[in-house]
Amino acid sequence: MTLHSCRAAVRLLVLPFMLLVSATVLAVQPDEVLSDPVLEARARELSAELRCVVCQNQSIDDSNAPLARDLRLLLRERLVAGDSDEAVKRFLVERYGTFVLLKPPFDGRTVLLWLTPLLVLGGAAVLVIRQLGRARALPRDASRELTRDEEERLRRLLAQDDGQPSPARESSTDP
Amino acid sequence: MIVEIGHFALVLALTVALIQSALPFWGARARDERLMDVGQPAAVAQLALVAGAFLALAHAYVVSDFSVENVYLNSHSAKPLLYRISGVWGNHEGSMLLWVLILALFGAAVAVFGTNLPRALKANVLAVQGAIAVAFLLFIVLTSNPFQRLAPAPAEGLGLNPILQDPALAFHPPFLYAGYVGFSIAFAFAVAALIEGRVDAAWARWVRPWTLAAWMMLTLGIAMGSWWAYYELGWGGWWFWDPVENASFMPWLAGTALLHSAVVMEKRDALKVWTVLLAILTFSLSLMGAFLVRSGVLSSVHAFAVDPARGVFILGILVVFIGGALALFAARMGELRQGGLFAPISREGSLVVNNLLLTTACATVLVGTLYPLGLEALTGDKISVGPPYFNMTFGPLMLPLLVALPFGPLLAWKRGDLAAAAQRLWLAAAVALVATVAVYAIAYRGPWLAPLGIALGVWVMAGSLVELASRIKLGQASLPDAWRRLKGMPRAGHGTTMAHFGVGMMVVGIVATSAYQSERILVMNPGDRAGIAGFTLTFKGAAPQRGPNYREEVGLFEVERGGRAVTSLVPSKRLYDAPRQTTTEAGIHASWRGDLYAVLGDEQVNAAGGYAVRLYFNPLVRMIWIGALVMFLGGLLSVTDRRLRIGAPRRTRVRPSPVPAE
Repeated sequence: MTLHSCRAAVRLLVLPFMLLVSATVLAVQPDEVLSDPVLEARARELSAELRCVVCQNQSIDDSNAPLARDLRLLLRERLVAGDSDEAVKRFLVERYGTFVLLKPPFDGRTVLLWLTPLLVLGGAAVLVIRQLGRARALPRDASRELTRDEEERLRRLLAQDDGQPSPARESSTDP
Repeated sequence: MIVEIGHFALVLALTVALIQSALPFWGARARDERLMDVGQPAAVAQLALVAGAFLALAHAYVVSDFSVENVYLNSHSAKPLLYRISGVWGNHEGSMLLWVLILALFGAAVAVFGTNLPRALKANVLAVQGAIAVAFLLFIVLTSNPFQRLAPAPAEGLGLNPILQDPALAFHPPFLYAGYVGFSIAFAFAVAALIEGRVDAAWARWVRPWTLAAWMMLTLGIAMGSWWAYYELGWGGWWFWDPVENASFMPWLAGTALLHSAVVMEKRDALKVWTVLLAILTFSLSLMGAFLVRSGVLSSVHAFAVDPARGVFILGILVVFIGGALALFAARMGELRQGGLFAPISREGSLVVNNLLLTTACATVLVGTLYPLGLEALTGDKISVGPPYFNMTFGPLMLPLLVALPFGPLLAWKRGDLAAAAQRLWLAAAVALVATVAVYAIAYRGPWLAPLGIALGVWVMAGSLVELASRIKLGQASLPDAWRRLKGMPRAGHGTTMAHFGVGMMVVGIVATSAYQSERILVMNPGDRAGIAGFTLTFKGAAPQRGPNYREEVGLFEVERGGRAVTSLVPSKRLYDAPRQTTTEAGIHASWRGDLYAVLGDEQVNAAGGYAVRLYFNPLVRMIWIGALVMFLGGLLSVTDRRLRIGAPRRTRVRPSPVPAE
């Protein structure tokens, strides 16, 4: 299985920070397509979730590598034989490990990965709410706060009714 | 000779950068104005020197001087001029040179245009800029010298990777780098403010135009890359959640958050600590992208993995700058006085929500990109985190952001009225509802959620127009009055409307093309007809042709719709002379409904002149890039407004007269 057939190899020469994918074409060949459109649709959906294990971050649906073609044919065979999507995935995981799944399963190893959005959002929300609460509870520096309020009122009067304050006030803080 | 001058200029630039990083900083400490003022000429001199080095390398490329190793490895005399020039940054060494050139450009811009900056702040900003330049110039001089000579000189070069020989990719890196490096200004301002221990609303006003400029460039750069991927790769995809793409997307997300939080800081003196931290993080993510891509850590088979010394060097830069800035931040955080209280339902509150969601999305992309590396390093287990993960996590985070987006600009500062905002948005909601029904009616197939996704995009588009209408009091005041308000509105206001409208367009394009793409994979013999999305294509056969530095096989498809000839598509497969690589050029017909997209595959052995062919119809796909362009133009409107305001010194004016339109 040569690396040259997948886009990874092409990247060796390519600029950094770019959308780097090589110009391989026609991943799914016409002779692979199943005659049953329902099965074929399932095959396509499945193959988009399976990694071409010799490529750089490319699904077997996109890849032009011979191995990806073998896997596409294999999974179609299994589907025609009546396997469920899950059974096909299990079969491939047994052969190639979890590495083959582009969507990693939720388990002990990936718990942090899957919970990241919730943890970050939740944690940040708690921080914000606490900060807002603290800002309210804070004993205010009377003289300063008064001035600010007055300034605010003044700005409100100056700005028109949609409440947009004019931004140039802060210029007075320039040295 | 010119090459040696370039090399010399580069080393000289390093010396100047050392001066620029040390003297102004020392001057700001010692309150010595003469030392502080060194920053300005140093920044300009650095630009001149780096530009000289860059031009010297570009000259070597243009005249195909193969005695320079870099030119020999990456160019070829038969290449068109455009690609000989873009070849300068089509490789590691040259792209680093472009990186420092843009850095010097931004530094000099601060020096020249920042006339109303306080002296000490300007000195510190230029010093930090100088320090970044020192690090990267040292990196180039020590590990990645583009001026290395070869003896004896080869007669012909090896050529540029063919997939880089494309107009969109030629200009993709400069824009992208302008984005990354532009954020270094926000970073330098943040560090300078921390050094001085003083951050105020004026600081935010100085930082915003630079951040905005960087954000615009990055937006355009990413969009160009995505556009290229779409027409070049041959399966109609435009975003792959590839680690390299993610490396550019993370600074964009953080930069977008920074853009919004800086508004709060400028107008209301709130969110100071967060804005400063975000300015540091945004540039840190840019640097991290550089490390991830150039060190080869992402994969054993990856760009520039050849030389681990480079990876370690960049890691060092990363540790010094990110670690140093964060340590400074931790030390000075307590001194930053928080001002500007606000109620949860307010313009500030809505921008906090924006920041929460964008930051979480950014963290998710970061963790998703790095998790496989971390897990493998810790346990040896290899897992893959691919597009399905990112679609499942990123999408739900964008959903509330897009729903909330139109409310934000309609809420007042300090304390907003959600019900009133909702009332004003009824029209947008109605338009979105009509869009949902219409999409259900037109597209009876596809995921049932897709019409709602399109409605969401329409909601954002309509919402931004509603906001504009309510600002100019359309419908309440007389038409001439509304027109007068429209003209009197500051450009930044129009910029916001436009950028948000662009976001909506992009959402519509993304949902439409993801949900309703049609595809046909088949073998076509000359004379065969195939139908897709109402078009009928007749394959006329394929013929070989000769280009300037490639040979190609060009297929011809006649396209009809409803019995009338529409166009002909000429997809091709190219084989470049040097290096010998193949690329595909899709044949694309753009219409207002979407793109008809044809790809020529392999010649079939059995059939008489038959080819494997892939046909796609990508509905509304262009909205993705047009949306990005509209976002860029929105930024442009906004930044021109800023520059006018920044340009005029206002120190003595305590209070400006109110703008009639506000």
